[in-house]
Amino acid sequence: MDQDAIIHSLITSLPEITVLLAACLLLMLDLVWRRQRVAVIGYLAIAVIAIAALETLLIAGQIKPVYNGMFVLDDFAVFFKLLFCLITALCILFSIGYLQQEQIEHSEYYVLLLFALCGLMILASAVDLIIIYVGLELMALSIYLLTGFKRQSRLSNEAALKYVILSALSSSVLLYGMSLLYGLTGTTNIADIAAVIGLQAAIDPLLIFAIVFLIGGFSFKIAAVPFHMWVPDVYQGAPTSITAFMSVGPKAAGFVVLLRVFLQGLLPVSEIWLGLFTVIAVATMALGSIVALVQHDIKRMLAYSSIAHVGFALLGVVAGGKAGIASVMLYLLIYSFMNLGIFSAIIVMRQGAFGGERIEDYTGLSRSHPVLAMLMLIHLFSLAGIPPTAGFFAKFYIFVALIEQQHIALAVIAVMFSAVVAFIYIRIVMLMYMRPPTGEFAMQLELPPRLALGITSMAVIVIGLFPSWFLTLAQIAILQ
Amino acid sequence: MVDSAVNTMGFPVLSLIVLVPLAGALLLLWLKDDLQIKRLALLVTTLDLALTLKLLAHFNPDTHLMQFFEEYQWIPALDIHYALGVDGISVLFVFLSAFLGWICVLASWRAIEQHVKGFMCALLVMQTLMLGVFCAMDLFLFFIFWEAMLIPMYLIIGVWGGDNRIYAAFKFFLYTLSGSVLFLVGMIVLYFEGGRSFDIPTLMTQKYPFTVQFWVFIAFFIAFAIKVPMFPFHTWLPDAHVQAPTAGSIVLAGVLLKMGAYGFLRFSLPMLPLATHYFATPVVLLSLVAIIYGGYLALAQDDLKKLVAYSSISHMGFVTVGLFVLNVAGLKGGILQMFSHGIITGALFLLVGLVYERTHTRLISDYGGLMKVMPIYTTGLAFFTLAAMALPGTGAFIGELLVLVGVFGFSKIVAALAVIGALLSAGYLLSMFKRVALGKVTNQALTKSWDLDAREVVALLSLALFVLWVGFYPMPFLNIMHASVEHLLQQTQAQVVLISR
Repeated sequence: MDQDAIIHSLITSLPEITVLLAACLLLMLDLVWRRQRVAVIGYLAIAVIAIAALETLLIAGQIKPVYNGMFVLDDFAVFFKLLFCLITALCILFSIGYLQQEQIEHSEYYVLLLFALCGLMILASAVDLIIIYVGLELMALSIYLLTGFKRQSRLSNEAALKYVILSALSSSVLLYGMSLLYGLTGTTNIADIAAVIGLQAAIDPLLIFAIVFLIGGFSFKIAAVPFHMWVPDVYQGAPTSITAFMSVGPKAAGFVVLLRVFLQGLLPVSEIWLGLFTVIAVATMALGSIVALVQHDIKRMLAYSSIAHVGFALLGVVAGGKAGIASVMLYLLIYSFMNLGIFSAIIVMRQGAFGGERIEDYTGLSRSHPVLAMLMLIHLFSLAGIPPTAGFFAKFYIFVALIEQQHIALAVIAVMFSAVVAFIYIRIVMLMYMRPPTGEFAMQLELPPRLALGITSMAVIVIGLFPSWFLTLAQIAILQ
Repeated sequence: MVDSAVNTMGFPVLSLIVLVPLAGALLLLWLKDDLQIKRLALLVTTLDLALTLKLLAHFNPDTHLMQFFEEYQWIPALDIHYALGVDGISVLFVFLSAFLGWICVLASWRAIEQHVKGFMCALLVMQTLMLGVFCAMDLFLFFIFWEAMLIPMYLIIGVWGGDNRIYAAFKFFLYTLSGSVLFLVGMIVLYFEGGRSFDIPTLMTQKYPFTVQFWVFIAFFIAFAIKVPMFPFHTWLPDAHVQAPTAGSIVLAGVLLKMGAYGFLRFSLPMLPLATHYFATPVVLLSLVAIIYGGYLALAQDDLKKLVAYSSISHMGFVTVGLFVLNVAGLKGGILQMFSHGIITGALFLLVGLVYERTHTRLISDYGGLMKVMPIYTTGLAFFTLAAMALPGTGAFIGELLVLVGVFGFSKIVAALAVIGALLSAGYLLSMFKRVALGKVTNQALTKSWDLDAREVVALLSLALFVLWVGFYPMPFLNIMHASVEHLLQQTQAQVVLISR
């Protein structure tokens, strides 16, 4: 690389560099300036994220890969980088009160979140298998630590350990798939892989192996059946704010990579993986929807519901094409808002001894806290996909993409499962609205988590009523 | 779309009609006092009713085109518009929705004691959505209104309903949802088959291949049949109707059931004519089963609301049979039957609710001799019982007569069997009236109840007015729908004729 190329590369990765440097600075700041409240670090982290998002916007629109063709900042990457910034900022917002509540207020929490964000942003730009792996590990390592952040809690420790072991295993599977792919094509660059595979007349049996391993690895990251087993335990044990983050950020990142690798790199051999993804999508929807019906812990229930949502989003991958990719992007955007919203409601409910983690804890909420109950209701109906909320439009557009590609049977299966999964959400609505309260609520009514809830509620309603702008955004930003 | 886009009023009257209740619901949120809330709700619904009357006055019955049309870009990427319009069929139901919405507020004056604000908000939101369904001229918009209705209705049944309300609310929600998601799939299939448009008039002009029509018809049929409800998809209805509060039952029976039939009229018949002809006989037979089976079930009921609920299944059978015999008399009769059934069943549920507020029982066996305690009430009950039996001079008579005329053209045996349903309705209604109102007062608790007050009499009288109007002088109603029905029938026949040649 000559000097120009290096400078160009540095500029293109400026947001990542900003986040990384700022994270290191914040870590040191905490050591030298001990008397400030930890929350200040949180607000500083939000400021950093805002700067990174701004930088991303300013330098957007560079189609040409940098760093020797390993890193790109196309519209697709920009879309997801902004989404990741938004997710992390919202997550920090509702973490501020929560950490105090759990008495785990340490500034490392925010620093680790920034590192995770950096990993996510790298994933959004990665067009090379090596960079993908680096991004995945940076993200995963930060989240291991965050999962076990409730150091005194046995569940939290168990969750972290489980996550580390299983995630490491899946990473090795993924890596094996990548190495096979490299062996077959002689390159790790996604565009080159597509070119090499496109030239081959017959399909190498080893390629099937490689694809199966890759799918296995990615399925773990996005928590698709049959690699979903870790999700309920980890979601339940992790601090709620981290559960919220995990349920959207890494998942969306998994989809980013999935879209890049499969709908770009491996598109020429789509007949190999399309059937596999179809089966996985249906199984994921089915398992998530049905098992969620019998959960009593709200975090476990949301874990299974998130599995079901992954199944839906995978349908967009199966549909493929421009509409398919846009539908996955829109789904992830809307899903992030809904899930973060419902988790911030759970965090608002958490106070001292009062758990807010059993579903029955919400019984009769509407009597004493009508506004909170109303906002939860909006999110729940959105998760169930009932119009006029954003959740409906997300599902609608997936169906449009599916039916455009003539996958009508698949669409019928999907809508039936969406009716099944609606039950779990309206059950919470039932508890909140149709049963008298069984005890006193002790709310943590601090501003930051309520602000987060307010933002997501607005988003869910506004996107639901006026989806046009967001749809256009996703359609512009699809993979070229 | 330009040729059928007419708005003879200078302002977007349909948007106003649809959105006024929603604005009222938002306004209600700021009020604290229950009485003020009720008054504002009444004001809003009265205003809405006045607007629909103005709409009717300006309606031009000579054309089948969509009137008061308005259209704005909504989601250009998918060619989705916010488009509203009414023709001779839907304008009747716009009026019916606004009218029953007004009745509902009156009916809830005393029936709702807890969380009045929430209830009135849900009711007004519900009204916006119902009106939206009948005005929507874009399939996507239609679906938004149609499906969003689940939210307020779920709450109305589940929060303010009877003892077994939660079960009923779940059943209603999941049953209806599983039907309408199939509608969603069918609708997207039509979108792609019809040249990527959700515009309803455009979709009507498209010709779809038979296989497409076949499958889409099945998807639509399940959604609409659940809503109507037709046998064998009717099992949610008795639960939902019995458990819902009075206003909820009125809305359910008066308007929601009509939406299923409206769906057939608006989508299945004109868009899928080949499949409609293919499936006409099975649908007619299912309707026949509903007429007779619903009547038999009603005979056996001891719960007043259940009796009315099963009678609804039977009467809605007349509607669907009228629609699917596919001739002018049947169609007109079916539509008129929808309208008068909405009013009469609404009135019957109101009557049950009024007496329930006083005695807190709905069991027929707890009553007897009500005539001596509540003479004005009993007069009302007698009137609407006779109306529900389709006595000549009431709206239901004209509707059922036209339907039977239509069915006679289709098959004499079916017509003969349908008459059994009419006989059954006389049986269960008269026996209900006898056991409730006549005889000696056996239950002393009844003597404590009081007769109707002015508010309740006004509500009943205004309902009775329309029953008699349709009964004695149905011409205005038939005129309004005439051009649209003729056009609908043309749409349904044209393709078939083309193919049979």
